[in-house]
Amino acid sequence: MTEYIMLAVSCIFVNNIMLTQNLGACPFLGTSKSMDTAVGMGMAVIFVLVMAGITTWVVEAAVLKPLDLQFLRTVSFILIIASLVQFVEMFLKKSMPSLYAGLGIFLPLITTNCAVMGVCLININEEYTFMQALVSSFCYATGFALALVLFAGVRERVILARVPRPLQDTSIGLITAGFIALAFFGFKGMG
Amino acid sequence: MAKTLTQEFVKGLWEEIPPFKLVLGLCPVLAVTRSVENGIGMGIATTFVLVCSNMLISMLRNIIPQKIRIACFITIIATFVTVVEFLMQAYTYPLYLKLGIFIPLIVVNCIVLGRAEAFACKNDVAHSLADGLGIGLGFTLSLAVLGTFREVLGAGTFLGHSVFGDVFQPFTFMVEAPGAFIGLGILLCLMNIASSK
Repeated sequence: MTEYIMLAVSCIFVNNIMLTQNLGACPFLGTSKSMDTAVGMGMAVIFVLVMAGITTWVVEAAVLKPLDLQFLRTVSFILIIASLVQFVEMFLKKSMPSLYAGLGIFLPLITTNCAVMGVCLININEEYTFMQALVSSFCYATGFALALVLFAGVRERVILARVPRPLQDTSIGLITAGFIALAFFGFKGMG
Repeated sequence: MAKTLTQEFVKGLWEEIPPFKLVLGLCPVLAVTRSVENGIGMGIATTFVLVCSNMLISMLRNIIPQKIRIACFITIIATFVTVVEFLMQAYTYPLYLKLGIFIPLIVVNCIVLGRAEAFACKNDVAHSLADGLGIGLGFTLSLAVLGTFREVLGAGTFLGHSVFGDVFQPFTFMVEAPGAFIGLGILLCLMNIASSK
């Protein structure tokens, strides 16, 4: 049990997928302008990443490894993620319309979120067991959602401040993200 | 097509230079620019994928059905990424180890898919080649500039050679994750100043 708790702390804080590994920057900057979109995107990432993490782990262990087809990993993972996102979208639309309305537009964007693909590859490279892969997928996604919500909170304040012209929008956003990353940098060396 | 091949090529170097003018493909920009060498290596790998996928997609643009085009593009891109991965493993192994997970992640770099969707599926092969090469070189240039900025300030070196001598105390955080955001933010600000004049 302690092993899983350590892994969880490491994935959420110490090796935060966005702030210390720089994966998933596009949606991080794109959907953080208001708290609502940030929460929506965070939930969608948690949902898809857990499913993608499990599916790719199973495919790697059950298909690619026994058949010695690891060179097809990149191609197969991206296709799995893309079709999974499509499938999740159709499923939610049919059975949970309220959740679909909430996550709606963020789902298709997740296909090109490198955090999803990145975590799937990390799970394989670190040779995690099934349970470890499950915990790490969930916790990396939680870490991403946490970073996104924190950043959106700060950004809502920044809008009210007077920012010099050349620094406006993305530029000040990046510098703000840098300071949040600096705070997370303090976790380094733990766990 | 009003634009000449040269114009298509040159626009990628300033007018639409990624990631400054087209804010796409930020993850590799932030993550691999710890040093100039990594930045240039990543830039060349991305350029190769971009040029090849642009050309192939442009050749097949009349065959690929409209409805499943994104899936087709992704498969083509993923194939070239696998090719790059193996080429780098064979010829530049130390760089392959340093870039690690970011080589397979070229597949989800929005620039590559973005150019396929916005340009290659509507233009002929020669123009797509020029576009891919221009955008790819622009991307390499950006990575090299950001890599230089971070390596010089964060480690006091350029391509591994010491710049300032022993008196300089490097700002170590510049080569870590926070430095990536701050460095890119400052460069973007400088770009805005330069292009508003």
